[in-house]
Amino acid sequence: MSDNKEQRQITFAEAIREGLDQAMEKDASVVVIGEGVPDPKSIFNTTAGLLQKYGDTRVFDMPLSENGMTGICIGAAMSGLRPVMVHQRIDFALLAMDQLVNNAAKWAYMFDGKASVPLVVRLIIGRGWGQGPQHSNSLQAMFAQVPGLKVVMPVTAQDAKGMLIAAIEDENPVLFIEHRWLHHVNDEVPENYYQTSLDKARVMTEGADVTIAAFSYMVIESLIAARALESIGINVEVIDMRSARPLDIEAVLQSVKKTGRLIAADTAYQTGSIAGEIISQVAELAFEHLKTRPVRIASPDHPAPTSHFLSENYYPDAKTIADAVLNLTGTEQSSIDYSDFCVAFRTNNPHDVPNREFNGPF
Amino acid sequence: MEVITPALRLFRSILRIRRVEEALAERYAEQEMRCPMHLCIGQEAIAVGVCETLKTSDRVFSNHRAHGHYLAKGGDLNAMVAEIYGRATGCCGGRGGSMHLIDLGAGFMGATPIVGGTIPLAVGAAWSASLLDKNYVTVVFFGDGCFEEGVMHESLNFAALHKLPIVFVCENNDFSVYTRLDERQPDRPIYRLARAHGMAAYSGNGNNIEEVLSISTEAINAARQGLGPQFLEFHTYRWREHCGPNFDDELAYRSIDEIEAGKHACPLVDYEKKLKQKDKQFADNIETFEAEINEEILAAFEYALSSEKPSVLDAERKIYV
Repeated sequence: MSDNKEQRQITFAEAIREGLDQAMEKDASVVVIGEGVPDPKSIFNTTAGLLQKYGDTRVFDMPLSENGMTGICIGAAMSGLRPVMVHQRIDFALLAMDQLVNNAAKWAYMFDGKASVPLVVRLIIGRGWGQGPQHSNSLQAMFAQVPGLKVVMPVTAQDAKGMLIAAIEDENPVLFIEHRWLHHVNDEVPENYYQTSLDKARVMTEGADVTIAAFSYMVIESLIAARALESIGINVEVIDMRSARPLDIEAVLQSVKKTGRLIAADTAYQTGSIAGEIISQVAELAFEHLKTRPVRIASPDHPAPTSHFLSENYYPDAKTIADAVLNLTGTEQSSIDYSDFCVAFRTNNPHDVPNREFNGPF
Repeated sequence: MEVITPALRLFRSILRIRRVEEALAERYAEQEMRCPMHLCIGQEAIAVGVCETLKTSDRVFSNHRAHGHYLAKGGDLNAMVAEIYGRATGCCGGRGGSMHLIDLGAGFMGATPIVGGTIPLAVGAAWSASLLDKNYVTVVFFGDGCFEEGVMHESLNFAALHKLPIVFVCENNDFSVYTRLDERQPDRPIYRLARAHGMAAYSGNGNNIEEVLSISTEAINAARQGLGPQFLEFHTYRWREHCGPNFDDELAYRSIDEIEAGKHACPLVDYEKKLKQKDKQFADNIETFEAEINEEILAAFEYALSSEKPSVLDAERKIYV
């Protein structure tokens, strides 16, 4: 905990709620809509109290019509409103692919910039607790492949608030992807209304040995790995990529020029992942700086099984990352006390619930 | 142009759309209009009749067969023809072509070719009007095929739920490309599905301009007065091929008799006959209209063909605003 009493700490979920609240207070055209937005659970408490404060002309539940409602929000966004749409699972947004890809992403381009779609779609991803094949997808690559969309994935509570406000202020459609396992993470969050850039990665820990370009929750796993690696004298540079589109490849290149080694850690399926895109771009733009082959760390190419017996090895974690770092740096397990090293990754929790031993701040 | 009566204005508007599209069809073979083009010849009365009651501030969304809607709402002809020719002066700077028309100044919000794609956008525009207390009415034109799309029903549901100021206009021409309605939908009237969603719904003869005007005026006024969404189904007939400038009688997916009957129900000829019966002097106007329209069309093609070509460098711009 910080000694400075002025540095208030709140969770990621509270930061989202505060960002929404302040954006609605500042701009009367901001409306929030989604399945469950005003209900008693209020989207994991991220929309709590908004209905009471702003009323039923600005805070809406929504018919179970993901595609139609996305189109309606796009039409509203073209017509003076700034809708924030919420999906409790990113999987539901697949029903809205037509409207997101054909209309939201292309409207400004196909009409020569004469109209735009200032829409925010909050999409929640997650893992564990038997979410299974249809409640656990990390589909950022699918969306990030489409020019015209912005796809951001904040990790810290401070970024959650600042990037949400920036997304609401943005004239373009922004998909705002939140990992459910980040909702409880604490951080120092300014109380004022502020914006955080949607296109800049952030170096979380500096290091000269290996670059880890990580997305969303994989930043947390990378930080846990970094801490353990530091204890054996290996310094990794963890970059919170923050955004899948636009991709701040410059930040990765700068780091790789220093370290010569690259791991791209993603929450998604490996094939076609943004981790793969990072590797491609670094190979094209900075091949001469790479001392070793780059590595992707991502989910295996099969759906997430529900049973915790089956999912034991499904999600890559801090140890997966640390092992990859040992491998890339040519550190033989025999050269260190490997079992001692592994203690750092042992949690008191089963694998299918969040690792509460890292709760921030950053 | 001197002030003319509403009847003459309607007639002239139908005639203008017909002649514009005939000119487009005639020149299409020159290979200079290099984009898909869907003509509304035979269906013009729906666009003209519905738009007659709309104010400039009212909003219209449309689909792939958009020329008639765009022109009837007051869209700029030069910008449309230039767009089809892919010129920088086109309404989308050449990024859209025939299937993507826009003229925000005229209240024409946009046309796109994914079936049903603009229907929820129109509902969103109406939702915005309702929440921001604006007085405009939104109209969306679409075909019978949309009733096979889920988004149609999702949009009707939300519009009815929030009693939005929108008029849905279904142009039922009995075909989706070459597939007849009875191969795609069971035998029930489309407009009653809209009524089942909880809104006022009517059907009428889309080739009879007076009927279209009468039904749509009532619906637009009701929507403007806050009586909630209105649904109109107008029956009509597509004379030419689904996509492209030609007739397609040789494909034999519809009989020659049927095509002849369809053309016989021509909205332009039908109205001309009626106006001639009412007014012996009416015929005198036709020549003037034809001359004025011809001049306007020639000028539009001249404008398009002499317009600046867009730079390839522009292709990667405006992905974001």
